[in-house]
Amino acid sequence: MPPPTLCIEDLSVNFTQRGARLAAVRQVSLEVAPGECVGVVGESGSGKTQVFMAAMGLIPGNAVAAGRVRFEGVDILGTTPAQLNRIRGSKLSMIFQDPMTSLTPHLKIGDQLAEVLVCHAGSSWSEARAAARRMLERVRVPDPARRVNQYPHELSGGLRQRVMIGMSLLCGPKLVIADEPTSALDVTVQAQIIELLQAMRTEFGMALVLISHDLGVVADLADRILVMYAGRIVESAAAGVLFERARHPYTAELLKCIPSVTGPRFERLPTLPGQPPQPGESLEGCAFAPRCPRAAARCRIERPLLDADAAAAHRVACHFPVQP
Amino acid sequence: MNAAIAEPLLRVLDLRVEFGGHAAVCGVGFELFAGETVGLVGESGSGKSTLARAILRLLPAARGAVVWRGVDLTSCSAAALRPLRRDLQIVFQDPLASLNPRMTIGDSIAEPLRIYAATLSAPERNRRVAAMLERVGLAAGMIGRYPHEFSGGQCQRVGIARAMILRPQLLICDEPVSSLDVSIQGQIVNLLLDLQRDAGTAMLFISHNLAVVRHLSHRILVMYAGRLVEIAPRDALFAAPIHPYTRALLAAVPRAGKAGGAAPVPNTVAGAPAPHLGCAYRDRCPHAVAVCTTHAPPLEEIAAGHLVACHRARDFTV
Repeated sequence: MPPPTLCIEDLSVNFTQRGARLAAVRQVSLEVAPGECVGVVGESGSGKTQVFMAAMGLIPGNAVAAGRVRFEGVDILGTTPAQLNRIRGSKLSMIFQDPMTSLTPHLKIGDQLAEVLVCHAGSSWSEARAAARRMLERVRVPDPARRVNQYPHELSGGLRQRVMIGMSLLCGPKLVIADEPTSALDVTVQAQIIELLQAMRTEFGMALVLISHDLGVVADLADRILVMYAGRIVESAAAGVLFERARHPYTAELLKCIPSVTGPRFERLPTLPGQPPQPGESLEGCAFAPRCPRAAARCRIERPLLDADAAAAHRVACHFPVQP
Repeated sequence: MNAAIAEPLLRVLDLRVEFGGHAAVCGVGFELFAGETVGLVGESGSGKSTLARAILRLLPAARGAVVWRGVDLTSCSAAALRPLRRDLQIVFQDPLASLNPRMTIGDSIAEPLRIYAATLSAPERNRRVAAMLERVGLAAGMIGRYPHEFSGGQCQRVGIARAMILRPQLLICDEPVSSLDVSIQGQIVNLLLDLQRDAGTAMLFISHNLAVVRHLSHRILVMYAGRLVEIAPRDALFAAPIHPYTRALLAAVPRAGKAGGAAPVPNTVAGAPAPHLGCAYRDRCPHAVAVCTTHAPPLEEIAAGHLVACHRARDFTV
C-alpha cells in the first residue's frame, strides 16, 4: 500500500479563552490515502474543522496543537512558516464554505487565479493568466474569457465556488480539503458543485477531504466517512456501510433525524434529545452518554476507545455498539 | 379542514415589492386559513423573505394587497396596524442576531406583553414568561441570562417564546432551522408544531429544505424569481410535482445512503436577472418552447388545489 497522503496521530487542539482551557479536538488519529475521498461529519463544535485547520498548519493564535501531522512526509506542526507557505496552495489546498469572503474583493478573478501560479510555480504573469482561463474552462465556468476580467461580486455564489475549486486545483494538489463547500449554496447549485467535485477527482486524482454537517452531501462523494462528536472520532466506515449499518448510537440516531423527501412522513420529526457538550465541559466517560439511548453505568465512567485495529474497515468508539 | 367553506385568515392579492424599480416579488397571490401550515420554498434570492416582510408590512408593497381578516395591511394607517400586530408574529433565521444582546432573554420574551398586555402586573408577567420558557424547553431559572450564554438552538427557542407569548393567529417562520444542526432541527420543528396546535396558530413556514417543509406543511408554495410557480397540497407536490423547477428542486436534494441521489441539473446560472418577457425559468428549463420566451405563464389550476404557472403544465400531468 502506498504511504498515506495525510497522516494525523493523536492530535489535540486546545483553545485558551479568558483563562479557561477549551478542548476542540481530543486525540484524533486518521489517515487519508492518495486519491481517497474522506467525508467528515459532525455537529457544529464537534471539532471537524479544527482537525483540518491544524492539518493545514492554520492554528489560531489562542490555540495550541499537540500531536503529529504529516503531509507527504512533511511534519506540518513542526515545520517553518516559509516551508508551510510553499506547501499550502500548491500541494495542499483548501476550499472554504463562503466563496465570497475567501476571494479578494478588489482583484479580478483571472489575476487571483494567476497569482497562485506566479507564487507557487514561478510562472510568468502572461502564462499564468492563460492557465487561469483554461482552469475556469475545466471547472465549467461559462464564458471564461469574460469572467477572468470580472470581480468576485459580479459572480453568483455557485460560480464563485467554481472559481475557488479551480484555484485549489491550479498547482496539481495531492490533497484538497473542502470545508462545507456547498453549505452556502442552494440545493440545485449544490448538486452541480457536488457533480463538479466528483468530476475533478476523476480528472486530477487528488485526495479529497470533505467536511460537512450534511450527511447527504458526503454520501454522494466520500469513499469513507468519519463521524466526529465532541472533538473525537466516534465512528469510521465505508460510506455505503455507514448509512446502512451504523454502529455508533450517535450515528444511528443522527441518521434517523434526517427528514427525507421520500419515504414515510412523520407527524413529528424524530429528534436526538439534549445538546452536544460545550467545549469547556470536562467529560467523564463517553461524551455522548447523556444523550444516548443505549448508555449504561460503564459509559459514564470509562471512555470508549476507537477499535485499536487502525486498518479495520469499520471502527467504532462505543461500549455497546448497535449490532449489525 | 374544509377550505371550501372556511373564510381565509390571510389573503395575499397580486403583491409586488420593488427595490429600486426592480421587482423582488411579483404578482404573488395565495390564501392562508386558520390553523393551517403553508410551506414556502425557493432558492436564495427568489423573494421568500421579501414576501414575508411585505406581508407583515416590514417592507412596503408597490402594488397589491395583504388582507388580514378584512383589513388591508398594506394600506391601513399605522394606528390601525398597531393592534393587529399582536396577532402577526415572526421568527427569524439567525437566532442570535434576532435577540437584543443587551437584554436578558426574560426581558426579550416579556417585551410583547409590556406592549400589548400593559395592564398585567409585573409578577404576573414574570410568571407567564417563566411558564413560556419552560414550554419551549428552557429552565425558568435562565430568565436573567443573556443571549450570548446560549447555543443557537436555545436562542431559537427564545425567539419562538417571544413570538408565541401573545398566542398570535399567524406565525411566519423565516428559515427558523436553517442555521441549526440536524439533531437540533427536529426539536425546534416539533416545538413549533406543538405550540401551533395549542394556540391554533396559522403558520407560513419558509425554508429551502424541502424535507423539513414536507414533514410539517399542509400546502406548499414554490417560488422562483419573485413569482409563485406552483401551489399544491403537500402530498400532491411530492408525489406528482408539475412545474419543471419544482421537479429539478426535488431531484437535487442529496439523499443520505442513496448513492447518486443528486440528479444532474442544467448547468446554468441561478439567480440570473429574470427576463422581461416570458417565463423566468425558461433559460434553465429543459422543456422550454417558443411561447415561454414571449409570454409569462399565468398560475392556473391543473387539479383540485394544485396550481401551476407553466405553459406546458398539462403535458406533465399524468
